[in-house]
Amino acid sequence: MANRRYSIFAVAREALRYHAGWERAWASPAPKKRYDVVVVGAGGHGLATAYYLGKVHGITNVAVIEKGWLGGGNTGRNTTIIRSNYLQDPSAAIYEKARSLYEDLSQDLNYNVMFSPRGLLMLAQSEHEIRGYKRTVYANALQGIETRWITPAEVKDLVPIINIDGPRYPVLGALYQERGGTARHDAVAWGYARACSNMGMDIIQQCEVTGVRTEAGKVVGVETTKGAIDCGKLAIVVAGHSSVLAEMSGFRLPIESMALQAWVSEPIKPTIDVVVMANLVHGYMSQSDKGELVMGGGTDGFNNYTQRGSWHHIEETTRALVETFPIVSRLKMLRQWGGIVDMTGDRSPILSKTPVEGIFVNCGWGTGGFKAIPGSGFAMAELVAKGHSPLAAEFGLHRFREGQFIDESVAAGVAH
Amino acid sequence: MLTLTCPYCGATVEETELAPGGEAHLKRFGPGASDADFESYMFSRKNPKGVHFERWRHAYGCGKWFLAARCTATLEVFGTYPAQTTEPPADLVAKIKEKRPTWEGYE
Repeated sequence: MANRRYSIFAVAREALRYHAGWERAWASPAPKKRYDVVVVGAGGHGLATAYYLGKVHGITNVAVIEKGWLGGGNTGRNTTIIRSNYLQDPSAAIYEKARSLYEDLSQDLNYNVMFSPRGLLMLAQSEHEIRGYKRTVYANALQGIETRWITPAEVKDLVPIINIDGPRYPVLGALYQERGGTARHDAVAWGYARACSNMGMDIIQQCEVTGVRTEAGKVVGVETTKGAIDCGKLAIVVAGHSSVLAEMSGFRLPIESMALQAWVSEPIKPTIDVVVMANLVHGYMSQSDKGELVMGGGTDGFNNYTQRGSWHHIEETTRALVETFPIVSRLKMLRQWGGIVDMTGDRSPILSKTPVEGIFVNCGWGTGGFKAIPGSGFAMAELVAKGHSPLAAEFGLHRFREGQFIDESVAAGVAH
Repeated sequence: MLTLTCPYCGATVEETELAPGGEAHLKRFGPGASDADFESYMFSRKNPKGVHFERWRHAYGCGKWFLAARCTATLEVFGTYPAQTTEPPADLVAKIKEKRPTWEGYE
């Protein structure tokens, strides 16, 4: 099924015929017997992997299979923050690749993902953070990523509602990335899905993988609730459920699944037009296009697959944000939700071959996967197609055996 | 909210009084071990969707480490037991098997 192009002419044409001519954005076919590549997980990362497999590498005999509904996991549950101000070179490379792809993703996909490079600040609220973020600014300069250090007065200018001289956590400056921002998270998944469907790929929802079939150490297919599907290569891109799929495939991952929560306030008039992250007090906030203040904090500390987090994190994060933005204390909270994030020890992702030939994993994005979707898909597609990707090279599973960690838990504080 | 009973002081407390410590009963590999054993001891985790044995510390109470059996898919707590053991007590395993007939057991 090839969709008609979305354009101003299409809108005008449909306006004249009661919008009766819009088609479904992607097809929902029954699975075929065999695909060259099966991608498990139709979230942002899985769909982006499939998209770049087709677009860059010409592999279109691809199925993306999804247990629930498309974009219903962490893709639909995050706080939509996009930035690339990382400390370590491999992280900076892949996150900046992602951020730069976001810049023209709407044009590329012919789908408005509402990328909004509104600017992003990471507040320094201790002497320690000042030194850390200045170091990141210098590292970013060498990596070719535009960030700069700004003073408390400049912070106040950008964010009038902020309290910069709070008695406990005064704002001492900030790491500022002007081209960081947000995008519409659902649209990213929907846009990739539509583009994949247009290339002839099959997106199969409500289809849970129940087993992985291997022969002589090589993958040959998957068992699903919609029957067996053969495949040449298998890409596991399932975030919080990575360990479950790894168990089916016969290996273990250095991953623990934990709950991370976010919540939004009632909608209010435009109040804050940048993204603010306060890592010392574990909170970050931005305003959605609907007017809600979108807030998030840290993960729970224990293994959890329930997509429900602990209450005390909501209280702790909201308390921190009330101190940073006093007007928040006058708002009602509207909704709260949780997602299951896949945490690695060094807080960096895993894009890797596995002990089973033909199986590739893309996981471990933990609390910060949304921003990486295009870069992650781009690198994963290259890894699956060619067996090697320069962007993914240092994110392999080998780094745990060799001790070559990409230590972003120190570099980024808590919030990704 | 998650509540656990500390097997040492007997207090049933909620999670803000506790500190999580990850998977229990890890077999330690140190100097002289193979790279693969050391890697799996340091990093690889079962991370099951279901019955999980894990370490907790009664951080804002008696301060002691203890172990708990909990379901990560439902948050049901099966029981807690002292940390001075290399495997879960048999009565707790039997109790879990009764509640989760398809559970393959502790390995």
